[in-house]
This record gives sequence, structure tokens and C-alpha cells, in this order.
Amino acid sequence: MFKKIYLHLIFLSFFLIKEAFAAESGGMPQLNPEFWVSQIFWLVLTFGIMYLVLSKLILPKISNNLESRKSQILENIEAAEKQREVSETKLKEYDQIILKSKTEANSIFNQAREKAIKDINAKRDVLDKQIDDELSKAEEEIQSLRENAPDKINKIAIDTSSELLQKLIGAEVNNSSISAIVDDLSRRNGDKYYGN
Amino acid sequence: MSQFDVYRIGPEIKVGAFDISFTNASLFMIISTVSILLIFNLGSKKNSILPNKIQLLAELSYTFVSKMISDTAGSKAKPYFAFIFSLFMFVLFCNMFGMIPYTFTVTSHIIVTFVLAAFIFIGVTVIGFIKHGFGYLKLFVPSGVPAVLLPLIVVIEIISYLSRPISLSVRLFANMMAGHTMMKVFGGFVISLGIVGGWLPLSFSVALTGLEILVAFLQAYVFAILTCIYLNDALNLHH
Repeated sequence: MFKKIYLHLIFLSFFLIKEAFAAESGGMPQLNPEFWVSQIFWLVLTFGIMYLVLSKLILPKISNNLESRKSQILENIEAAEKQREVSETKLKEYDQIILKSKTEANSIFNQAREKAIKDINAKRDVLDKQIDDELSKAEEEIQSLRENAPDKINKIAIDTSSELLQKLIGAEVNNSSISAIVDDLSRRNGDKYYGN
Repeated sequence: MSQFDVYRIGPEIKVGAFDISFTNASLFMIISTVSILLIFNLGSKKNSILPNKIQLLAELSYTFVSKMISDTAGSKAKPYFAFIFSLFMFVLFCNMFGMIPYTFTVTSHIIVTFVLAAFIFIGVTVIGFIKHGFGYLKLFVPSGVPAVLLPLIVVIEIISYLSRPISLSVRLFANMMAGHTMMKVFGGFVISLGIVGGWLPLSFSVALTGLEILVAFLQAYVFAILTCIYLNDALNLHH
């Protein structure tokens, strides 16, 4: 229903517009030669002036601007490239310096370590020698003590036995006879006391 | 068709037998050229590395047209850059100003487009004869055509060459006129269908406006690029 009305209206409007155009003009205004000369004249005038101004004044300036921008950008790129190279060489130098200092530090460290090790070894040798000396001395002392000990004991034994006899018997006993007995005894029992 | 009417503004000016009165067509030609000159003057005044909007516009148009010329006509067409640039801008601005309601479209008149096309045709022909002498006539004799067909081909080539100004001018004029007429028809529908049914043609009208702006640009581009192609024929004889 609505669609039908709509179509009707469209047909009606077509009719109306056709009437309106027919009433408005007798054909296309473009084909009316009344103002052709005027249009040609003004076209040539305006277009000519525009062409002259554009070609002589404006377009060279624009092309100049474009060229100068291009060259400046190229220059800037070149400068940037140069600076990049400089910074790269600097970076390399810096790397080398770091490498050098690293090796130096390493060598210093190694030297110090070697020196310390040498020192330690030397001190240890000295100490070892001292300890050895003292040990040998102590051993000698022990040896001497051990060697002297039976004699001392014998003497003590002789003295005490003579004094004992004196108190028991009340008479002097010849020391030499006692010592002979003690020597005899100690030789027989030496193994028992000294273990040798 | 009142939007295509030409009427006198101010007094009648006559030079001899010719009437060169100032009309609405003249007014819009002046508006177009003045706006072109203003925009490109502003766009070329300052030269900053980072262009502002108007400078960018001018430089983009410059590179657009120069690329179009070098792509179609080669490097030999460089001396004609200014003319093709002016032509493209003039047609583009006339078309675009015609899209504003109540304005006059200069390029919707056959006489204007025909004068432009005829000037291009004559200019290209003269350039061709200057560059190649009578060798330019080889343009009408394509290579690799069997001898039997040759008379027919030559006739067809000559006719197609001679019809260039007509096709060039009618293409622009008809496009502009048809677009504006269609807009007017749909506008008429809006009025006659009123508030009940006028919405459909109104939306059509809006869509058509977008289409017409596209056509306005496209026709200016086509006009310029066909000029480049004709120029290419005259400069580099390929046949």
C-alpha cells in the first residue's frame, strides 16, 4: 500500500519536474552562443594570467623548496652517517681500553697471587725448618735424658740402699759393693723398666 | 537547468562585434584562479624543513602532477609541467567550486572545455611537427599492421586523432553537467515528495554529492592525464 503511494508520488514528481524544466528554458544553456565569446575571453584571460604567475613565480619557488629540502636532508643524513662512524670508532677504542685494562688487572692479580704464594712458601719453609730444629733438639734432649736416666737411677738406688743399710744395720757399707749389686740388678731388670 | 545559465553581471562590454561582458562564468573563473594563486603562493612562501599544512598541500600537488607527467610522458615533458599543472588545478578548482550550492560550474559549459581541449590539440600537433617534422605523420601508421589493412587503419587513426579535442572536451563537460543535473533531479524529488517520501531521494542526494566530489577530482585528473598522453605521442613517437 505504502509502496504503491510512493511509486505514484515518484511518477507524479517526474511529471512535475519535466513540466518545470520545460517552462524554465528552451534547451541547454550551454548551446546558447550568446556568451560564448565572453566565456572564451575570460577563460583565456584568467587562465593565461594564472599560468604566467604559476610558471614564472610560484612553481619555481616550490621546486626550489623541494630541492633545498632534499639536499638538506641528504646533508643531514651524511652528517649523521659520519657521526655514527666516529662514534663507532670511539666505541671500538673504548672496547680496546677495557680489554687492555682487563688484561692488566689480570696480570696484576696473577703477579700478586704468585708473590703471595712465594711468600707463604718461604715462610712455611722457615717455619718447617724451625719446627724440625726444635723437634730434633727435643729428640736429642730426650735421647740424652734417656741415656742419662739409668745412671742417675743407679746412683739414687746406690745412695738410698747405702743409707738404708746404715739405718738398718748401723754400719757403713762399702759403696762400691752396693753399686756392683745395683748394676747387676739393673742390668737384669733394665728390660722391665726401659723397654729396650 | 537554471544552474547552467550564464548571465551578465554589471554593464555590457563590447569590443567591436564581440560581447565580452563580465558574467557569472567569468566570476567563477576569477574565483578559481585567485584561490589557486593564493593557496600556492602561501604554500611556497616559507621554506621550512617540516612544512606546515598549506605548504604540504602545495608540495604534494606539485609532486603529484610532476609524477603524473613523468610517468606518462617521460622526462622530455618537463618544459610543459607548468601548463599541465595549471590546467589540472584550474579544472579541479572549477569543478570543486561547482559543488558548492548556488555556485556556477565553469567546466559544465562545452565552450570552455572545448577551448581548453582545442588549445591542447593544436599545441600538441604543433609540438609534434616541430619535434619530428613530417615524420610526425608516422603516428597514423602503426607498425606491424598487414598491408591489406593499412588504408583502413590509417583512416581510423586519423579520425581518432582528429576527434581528440571533441572527446576530451565532451568528457569533462558531460560529466559535470550530468552530475549537476542528477543532483537537481533528486533535489526536485525531495521537494515534490515532501516530508513523507522525501527522505529517500534526500539520502540519494547526499550520496550523490560524495560521488560528484569524486567525479570532480577524477575528471580533472583524467583531463590532465589525457593531455600528458597526447603530449607523450608528440614527444616520443612510438609507432
